[in-house]
Parts: sequence; structure tokens; C-alpha cells
Amino acid sequence: MTATGARTEVELAEVGPPRGEAPRAMAATRWRLARLRWGLAAAGVLLLIVASAALAPEIAPHDPLAVNIRHRLAPPAWMEGGAARHLLGTDQIGRDLLSRVIYGGRVSLVVGVSAVLISATIGVLLGLGAGYFGGRTDWVIMTGVNVMLTFPFVLLALAVIAVLGPSLTNMVIVLGVAGWPIYARVIRAETMAIREREFVLAGRALGMSHTRIVFQQIAPNLVSVIVVIATLQVAQVIILESFLSFLGLGIQPPTPAWGNMLGEGRLYMLNSWWIATFPGLAIFLTTLVINLMGNALRDWLDPHLKL
Amino acid sequence: MRLYIARQLAQLVVVIFGISLLAFAILHVLGDPVLLLLPQNAGKAEFERYRHLLGLDRPLYVQYWKFVSGAVCGDFGKSWYADTPAFRLVLERMPPTIYLTLAGLVVALLIALPLGLLAALKRHSWIDSLCTALAVAGQATPLFWLGIMLIIVFSVRLKVLPASGYGTWKNFVMPAFCLGAALAPITMRLVRSGVIEVMNMEFIKTARAKGLAEPAVVVKHAFRNACIPVITVLGLQFGQLLGGAIITETVFAWPGVATLTVESIRNQDFPVVQCAVILLALLIVGVNLIVDLVVGIIDPRIRTGT
Repeated sequence: MTATGARTEVELAEVGPPRGEAPRAMAATRWRLARLRWGLAAAGVLLLIVASAALAPEIAPHDPLAVNIRHRLAPPAWMEGGAARHLLGTDQIGRDLLSRVIYGGRVSLVVGVSAVLISATIGVLLGLGAGYFGGRTDWVIMTGVNVMLTFPFVLLALAVIAVLGPSLTNMVIVLGVAGWPIYARVIRAETMAIREREFVLAGRALGMSHTRIVFQQIAPNLVSVIVVIATLQVAQVIILESFLSFLGLGIQPPTPAWGNMLGEGRLYMLNSWWIATFPGLAIFLTTLVINLMGNALRDWLDPHLKL
Repeated sequence: MRLYIARQLAQLVVVIFGISLLAFAILHVLGDPVLLLLPQNAGKAEFERYRHLLGLDRPLYVQYWKFVSGAVCGDFGKSWYADTPAFRLVLERMPPTIYLTLAGLVVALLIALPLGLLAALKRHSWIDSLCTALAVAGQATPLFWLGIMLIIVFSVRLKVLPASGYGTWKNFVMPAFCLGAALAPITMRLVRSGVIEVMNMEFIKTARAKGLAEPAVVVKHAFRNACIPVITVLGLQFGQLLGGAIITETVFAWPGVATLTVESIRNQDFPVVQCAVILLALLIVGVNLIVDLVVGIIDPRIRTGT
């Protein structure tokens, strides 16, 4: 809650190896390269996930909504009783799980990206304002940040959804509007540092307007920070979206979403573990590759960024 | 120190005010309580009558004042569903949530402290890589999915732990592990970077130069200093931890505040939702304040702002 606490959640910057320790420096470089390579691999996997969600109608083996009661609760193909035409098995009313997982990615990715766009826009604008103008503006905005951060994100989302009612649009709005504090906090700190640099002073001396200084001189320096936070936040939003859907407060059935599939699968976990397992694996894989990519982006764009 | 405490308290008041405003706004600005209370086919006159009855036709600031002055005395109105005061309902469910949160915290520390320390001391080795990989994987695992997988393995297959319920230590094992596993990655990374930073400091060199054994250097000098950022962040993360507890509760049917909140949301029982939201937020604010004060005592640099 203090101003000093503001930057501590973030990992402390790694301190470079002491001089004269060549092997350790080498190890550090190798470490960094490995992380970049992992990031690249992750980006490849993410591309596959995005492509399969985008091309879902082409590649999904079945209609995700097609009910087939006679083949209900069929186990995955490699298990006893499984059939090759339902690779990951079927759910409680015989819908093909693989197709539903592929289609489910659409919801998660769309919600993740749109919510992040909203929260990044709000957060960056407020962060720029707080950092650049300081004083009372800063105080008001940072108090807002503290209030929002005190509230567990989940609780806020639950309460708002309860009033607005569950739907795709409402979920994007809630997750988008609730997610801005992290951007505001980091952007504010960065802006405060940049504000004191010579080129900003020069701009001011030349008589540039505040708007021009903020958007043309300061903001371009923050792009890499914003990209890194936004990437990592997409993963967070995807997890939260699936939790809301899991509770039945998000995407409503029969539309396939990883969260609501998990929620339905939970009722059948006594006998049919696969219904809950595969959508969860999909969430895990997606957030994993997004996080790996975000970490690599951070190393690559701005190794000193404390995130 | 006195000034520091005063500043913290002033901020506390502002934050609590903001939270009450938010909780009020969610119900009264975003939604219309009457619309939720009355059946859809109720007449217009009926709506007006109820609006008047509940004082909803008065200006917003009057309503807010009534809400806040009630809330200060612990009066959040009666539950629309159970006909008992919302405050009592929520308070009754508070202890299980707090126990779960504490248990999760302990598990997180049990995982994060040794691994983080090990990763920092064996930096850039395979142990470090393994710990980092674990942390990255842990951060990507949805808590509620982990919970379900644990239930499938330990309750359904192996039948060694109960899938839900509350009371014995066995009920605590899976929820606490679940919550702890969610908090462990960030804690581990903090311990690691904290220890790495401290190990490069001059006083570590001094400690080594005066012939102190390496374990003593690590434990007495490095680890203690690395704890400061960890405590601060754990305090700040308390809100997230509680958020995690909310998710965990719903998976394991834990009889805490979160389960109550989700139930109340399903029943559209808003006094209870409001009360739960505010009490949880107060709990978080209180913990944050304590952490700020403790850190201020341990590390004078923070208190004086240098």
C-alpha cells in the first residue's frame, strides 16, 4: 500500500555477476539465450493454438454442438472402449471433446485479447497522467490503484457479473475494466523516470504542449513495457475467464469454452476424468506458452525491466 | 515512526472509503435492486412502491450515506434469502476462509523458501533451471483445474483424501496444497532474486572475510535480508491469496466466505454479497497495514522513504 511497495511485487532485477568471474558470466548468457529459445518455441506453439482456434470450423473433426447420446461418455481413443473417431472421447451428451476444446480456444483468446486491450488503454492513459503530472492527479490515480489492488480481482469480477448478468460482452468489460491497475502502476513509475530526462526538458523548453510531450516523446519509450505486461496479462485474463465460466457466471452452455467444459466435467469426474482434464490442459498449455513468450519478450526488449 | 504510522492510517481511511464506494456502486449504479427483487411481470406501480419502500427514489448520495452509516455499525441489512442479518451470516463463514488462507501461506512458504534459496545459491545450474521450470509451470496452472485433478487422483482413484468437507486435518491437505502451489511460484522467484541480490553485497564479503562458515553467511546474513522484499510482497499478495482461497473454496466446497458469496450471487442476495466483499476487503487492508508497519520496523529505509 505504500509507494515503496508499488514496485516490489515485481521480481528484483538480477544483479550482474561480479567482475572476473568469466565462467559465471558465460553461464548467465547461456541461461538468457536458453530462455529466449524457449520463448521462440513457445511463440510457435501459441501460433498453432491461435491458428487452430481461428480455423476451428475447418479442422475440428465434428460439430462441437452435435449431440450423440449413444456415444456419451466415451473415453479417449487410446483407452479401452475408446473409438478413433473421438480422439479425446465424448462428454455427458456425446459431444466430441476434441472439437469442443478446439472451439473453446476461440472464447478464451477473444476474451483474453479484448479485455487486455481495454485494460491496457485505461491503465496506460492513467499511468501516463499520474507519472507526468504528479501531485494531486498522481494521488487520485494511485489511490484508485490501491483500492483496486486491495480488492481481489476475482471478487470484483464476481460481484459485477452478479449484477450485470453473465454474457461474453459483460465478461470482456468486467475483466477489461478491472485489470488496469497493474499497467497504471508500472507506466507511472517509468513515466516519472523518463520525465526527468533531457529530451523531455528540451521539448518543454521548446514550448511543446503537454499532450505532445506525453504522447510523442514519453509514450514511444514505453511500448516495450506495455507489450510485455499485456502479454503476461492475457494469460491471467484467460485463467480468470475460465474460472468465471467454470462457476457458470461466464460463457453460458452450450457454447464451448474451456471454463464451462471444466465446470460440466467436474460433475462427471467420478467416472469420466477426461471431460474435466482436457479443457484444463488446454488452459494450462495456452497460459504456459503465453507466459514463456512474455518472459522472453521481457529479456529481449528490456532486460532491466523489473516485472 | 509516528508520522509513518499516521500516513499509513490516513491512506487506509481513503482506501476503505474507495472500497465502500465501489461496493455501493456495483449494486446501485450498475444494477437496479428492485429489478432483481420483484418478479418480471410486476406492474409499474409495484416497482415504484418498492423503490420508495427501500428508499431507492432518494438521491444517490443519501442512499450511500445510509449504506455507509449502517455498515460502520455492522448493519448491512438483512439477507434477502435467509432472513438473518447479512453481517452475521458472513462473519460465521469467516474462520474457515482465514484458516485456509493461512494454511495455503504455510504451504507456499514450505515450497518456496527452500527452492528459492537453492536456486539462488546454485544459480544458472540445472537445479536453478528445474526450479524456474516448476515456477513457470505453476504459474500457468489454473487453480481450480489443479483442485479437480487432485480430487480425481487422491479422492476418486486412490481414495486417501476426502474430496470436500471441513473439520479434520485430512480436509485441509488438498485445499491447502492447491492454494500454496498457486502462491509458491512468485514467492520462490522473489526469494531467489532477493538472495542473489544480497549475496553480492559488501557485508556478505565482510562476513566471509572474517572467516564465517558459508552456512552461517547464507542463513544469518543473506537469507534474513532477502526476507524483507518477500514479506512485503506476501503482504501485498494477501489480496491475491484470498482471491485464490475463493477459487479453492468453490472447488472443494469449503464452508467459507467465498462459497457463501458465490451462493449469494446465484441467489442474487445482494446484502450478503456486499457485506462479504467489504469485510474481505477490510481484512486485506488490515493485513497490508500490518505488513507495512512490520516492514517499516525491520527496514528503516522504507519508513523514511530513502
